[in-house]
Amino acid sequence: MTAPTLPAEGVPPGVLPDVLVGRPSDAELSEQLLSTTWRPWTRGWKLAFAICGALTVNLFAMITLTVLRGIGVWGNNIPVAWGFGIINFVWWIGIGHAGTFISAILLLLEQRWRTSINRFTEGMTLFAVIQAAMFPLLHLGRPWFAYWLFPYPSVMGTWPQVRSALPWDAAAVTTYFLVSVMFWYLGLIPDLAALRDRAPARTRRILYGIFALGWRGSVQQWRHHKVAYLLLAGLATPLVVSVHSIVSLDFATTGLPGWHSTIFPPFFVAGAIFSGFAMVLTLMIPARRVFRLHNVITLRHFDAMAKLMLVMSWIATYAYVAELFVVWYSGDRYEAYQPLVNRPFGWYGWAFWVMVFCNCVVTQLFWSRRMRKNLTVLFAVALLVNLGMWLERFEIIVVSLSRDFLPSSWHIFVPTWVDLGILAGTLGFFGLLFLVFLRLVPFVPVSEMKQMRAEIVHDEVRP
Amino acid sequence: MTARYARSVARPAMLAEFASGEALLDGIRALAACGVSRFDAFTPYEVAGLQDMLGVRRSWLSWIVLAVALVAGGGAYLLQWWINVIDYPLDIGGRPYHSAPAFLPITFEMAVLFGGAAALFSALVLGGLPRLWHPVFEIDGFERATIDRFWLAVGASDTALDRVRATAAVEAAGALCVVWPATGGER
Repeated sequence: MTAPTLPAEGVPPGVLPDVLVGRPSDAELSEQLLSTTWRPWTRGWKLAFAICGALTVNLFAMITLTVLRGIGVWGNNIPVAWGFGIINFVWWIGIGHAGTFISAILLLLEQRWRTSINRFTEGMTLFAVIQAAMFPLLHLGRPWFAYWLFPYPSVMGTWPQVRSALPWDAAAVTTYFLVSVMFWYLGLIPDLAALRDRAPARTRRILYGIFALGWRGSVQQWRHHKVAYLLLAGLATPLVVSVHSIVSLDFATTGLPGWHSTIFPPFFVAGAIFSGFAMVLTLMIPARRVFRLHNVITLRHFDAMAKLMLVMSWIATYAYVAELFVVWYSGDRYEAYQPLVNRPFGWYGWAFWVMVFCNCVVTQLFWSRRMRKNLTVLFAVALLVNLGMWLERFEIIVVSLSRDFLPSSWHIFVPTWVDLGILAGTLGFFGLLFLVFLRLVPFVPVSEMKQMRAEIVHDEVRP
Repeated sequence: MTARYARSVARPAMLAEFASGEALLDGIRALAACGVSRFDAFTPYEVAGLQDMLGVRRSWLSWIVLAVALVAGGGAYLLQWWINVIDYPLDIGGRPYHSAPAFLPITFEMAVLFGGAAALFSALVLGGLPRLWHPVFEIDGFERATIDRFWLAVGASDTALDRVRATAAVEAAGALCVVWPATGGER
């Protein structure tokens, strides 16, 4: 079944496009947005699925190897005890933050442009957190004891050390994942009910019907749903700030030069949202094209996201500069050595300059309105920012650890093929989960879109 | 007589289908003018003005969430205190066992986690879910209530409901179809 044809984007130059092109009826919108779950599989999708599936198999093979042989198969060693494992953890969990930012904070700020993309980005959050959560567990070395992180009445009579930042991490990441799942599911229920009533095959109707829990859209159901949705958004909002702040405390509470810094929590949060927006763009530009959603994900959305990326890029740049100033002003030679000498001119100097280019320079294109609406430019910049933000974590973790106080203990870190295989594997697993998500549930919230359309029409009739 | 929401519209006496939210509100006004007062509605999305018209107040679910979040946060703090001070004190460089700043992250996270769970589960339970089957699902055409149709229901307990007058009133307001499930028959 093909989607009904809807007006394409055609915006006069200089005019900010609308968040919804055309005024499709409720039936047309439902048909277009629900049909993403039953349209035939395209060849491109199957190919992407096969690639991601292969990488996922590779991921689990690498994990098996790591668990069987121990993390000696990774490049980590003293002094660089936190190698790819923690870089990837921080990178992936940071990516999730833009999803929560869009779905929760922009809901509370009543930004209409978040409506059509919030489920997509929240899905991205869930899948990114799943990738992230694997790394600290594997990095434990004995992941089968991971439950020791949680307080339970152990026969050994021991408890987790809750004054350490690591159990905070366990609590923060677990809470982040569960609250994101609940927020996502609550928003999904009305659309699952729509699929129960509209999906073409009986099996699908039964399955969606079970997950819709019997939703009928009664007055009472909408009454409580609305408040619960707002409250979950309100509860998820501080998580955007708290999760990455707590992650940054893993670093900031130590005494290592390059880590021991009070700027870390806000710096990490800004970087997280920055990288997350890059990942949203990386995923959304192809998805919008494949599913022909030009009327609901418009240039207005891309314009807004590009502007936010520019803001976040400047916050990150400010943090880099502030860090330079503070270490110089501190007069501590070990602190000053790290960002002033080691990062730009040390063993990994090239990574620093690539990072500066990706995170600070290339984003300046978005001062131009034309660039903010050019999807090729947006996609290219998004890929570079993804890379740049990964390198930022590389700078923080590997570069700082490889040269600390004593030159005699300096050591260069080189990732092994297992490190690279696991990173590639998480990219594939993330992609696999995302591809399944795109076909399993309507990834543009249908009932929210219909409601927004009704509001827009209402405003237009009585301005 | 004003329209109001009836909790007891488990078995509707009459249902009427409308093509838009505005038409649904017109239907409620027309029936209210005939003295009918016990309404429910099934809509694909929240219709602006519907809850006000039926006198539905803002959900009190927030209070459940607040209470659960406070208890969870307090419980998490107490648990950390008990672990660190009573059951398993570890001397780490002479730092205090009861260390409030270090207990705050987990306290906050547990308040958010349990508050969020309370929001989700209260919304479901207060909305009468999960309940996979409901009598209204048996009505032909009701499956469009989640897509693009707006259904109005009148509770069986409403004594002011007169079949002839009510049917005429909602049809005048633009009802596409009127169903009387209890007595059978459809117009």
